[in-house]
Amino acid sequence: MASIWNTIFAPGLFSYSFVVHAWVAATAIAVLAALVGFFVNLRGEAFVAHAVPRGAFAGAAGAFLIGVNSILGLSVFAILMALGMGLMRRRSHNGVITALALVTALGLGDLFLTVGNTYAPEVFALLFGQLLGISGSEMVAIAVLSVCLVGVIAVVYRPLLLASTVPDFAAARGVSLTAMNVTFTLLVALAASLTVPVVGALLAFSLMIGPAAAGWYLAKTPWGAMLYSVGIALGTVWVAIVIGYDSSLPIGFLVAGVSLLAYMVARAINWFRRRRPGEAAVVPTGSGAVAR
Amino acid sequence: MAAVQFDQVDVAFGRHVVLRQLQFDVPEGAFVGVIGPNGAGKTTMIRLVLGLLRPNSGSVTVLGQPAGRGGRQIGYVPQSFAAEPDLPLRARDLVGLGLDGEKWGFALPTKDRRRRIDACLERVGALGYAEEAVGTLSGGERQRLLIAQALLTSPRILLLDEPLANLDIRSGHDIIRLISEIASETRITVLFVAHDVNPLLGVLDQVLYIAQGRAVLGSVEQVVRSEVLSELYGQPVEVVRVQGRILVFAGDEMVPLGHEELLPHGRPRSLPAEP
Ligand SMILES: Nc1ncnc2c1ncn2[C@@H]1O[C@H](COP(=O)(O)OP(=O)(O)O)[C@@H](O)[C@H]1O
Ligand SMILES: [Mg+2]
Repeated sequence: MASIWNTIFAPGLFSYSFVVHAWVAATAIAVLAALVGFFVNLRGEAFVAHAVPRGAFAGAAGAFLIGVNSILGLSVFAILMALGMGLMRRRSHNGVITALALVTALGLGDLFLTVGNTYAPEVFALLFGQLLGISGSEMVAIAVLSVCLVGVIAVVYRPLLLASTVPDFAAARGVSLTAMNVTFTLLVALAASLTVPVVGALLAFSLMIGPAAAGWYLAKTPWGAMLYSVGIALGTVWVAIVIGYDSSLPIGFLVAGVSLLAYMVARAINWFRRRRPGEAAVVPTGSGAVAR
Repeated sequence: MAAVQFDQVDVAFGRHVVLRQLQFDVPEGAFVGVIGPNGAGKTTMIRLVLGLLRPNSGSVTVLGQPAGRGGRQIGYVPQSFAAEPDLPLRARDLVGLGLDGEKWGFALPTKDRRRRIDACLERVGALGYAEEAVGTLSGGERQRLLIAQALLTSPRILLLDEPLANLDIRSGHDIIRLISEIASETRITVLFVAHDVNPLLGVLDQVLYIAQGRAVLGSVEQVVRSEVLSELYGQPVEVVRVQGRILVFAGDEMVPLGHEELLPHGRPRSLPAEP
């Protein structure tokens, strides 16, 4: 028994301080990313979740150039991108605006790295993430900020849900669609700022997209979708820590791989449910579907 | 007191004048059909009533107050909504958003909340699919949900912007019957936007005809007449009644208005875009 336990959970997995930091930080960002991911899915804005962490990475390069904290530079860039996209958003052609924000950020990042002309290990660590290299103070910052952002989501939940499902009705009730656009893109930016240092800029968005997309197929209500999403995200990062601690596999790969697996399982479950006659065997009529 | 009053209302987007000198009073409890060709300014008029748009000049008064944002006295039914079959939102979740969806925080699932939502679902005949995912419902079923959603705050005015646009004729008639039943039970004032007056003939009290940026309000007999519409369009218009239906023809080519689909190029070319 003990040997099986030790094979799966290598010694020190729950006691070394750097692993404890990883458990706490990963748990916090998993909850946050899963909740933000629900709204990403709801609004069909996966491209935003993809673009922000990558564009924001350029901010880290800029920060390194002028000699300030790279995570600070990353966050500032993410927030500026979010404000720009949120304010310019319309009901269509959002992809173009997101793409413009992304190329602007990447262009600047290119410039910063070239002008800086240095190899900056901490900037490159941000590309791939360093789950097992989180300091105690970073862990506290990530945990506190995640809790605050989850609180913000709880407050904006209803108007954001309304504006994302029936925008015209929401506007008629006095909900500002622009304010909701900005709120949404800011949430993505802040979640990305916390996720990138841990999971890496290249694959941070997989934690925002994968679990939420899987939860989407399992649930019938928004609440259910968020709960499933949080559960799957937690499972994803926990499995990633256990495997990553033992092996030298990169954290981004592990998070992306496990969440993709969860997504495929969820779709399979959904497919089986639909095939079973009598229960939820609804044929989409689609005749009422209208492009926004 | 009038439910909705327009006083000398002008609306322009840049140099494009959309509504000019709109002047009418909708009495409380009236069922008004808002009729006009595409692009006439019907949605713009609805947005004025909702307070989503301010007139360039003139005033819009709703239930004695200047039109303002977010009134729970006004129920608004948008055309439709986009939803894929996998969207995790049941019919009752969508309708429930009509109760307090604009408020911060989240709603606790109380008995009273459920009872009120059920009552509205039942009123529109949607209780049978209350637990279904909205993305799997038909156009007519979605329209009923939007009506239930708008009714949850017990509004005194109901605005429907082209609710028939995506429906087949039969579901369209069902929706009109439902709205007219609700109107006669509750004495709610209804502004029902459509581009053809015919389906509404049996139920409406008044028609608000909008064309060329101007509008006339009155009974069907008063408004849908050759002289009145010719004046409104600023060119010869012929109104013909055939077997209880009203056909409106305009311009040299005599294209039936509200039937732009009969034209090879979509719009009556004979109508000047801007005088
Ligand atoms: N926000 C806007 N900016 C510029 N033009 C607009 C705007 N909203 C409406 N319009 C113009 O006003 C006219 C009336 O539009 P609308 O009220 O939507 O017509 P309807 O609902 O009767 O089809 C159209 O020519 C439209 O192009
Ligand atoms: Mg319109």
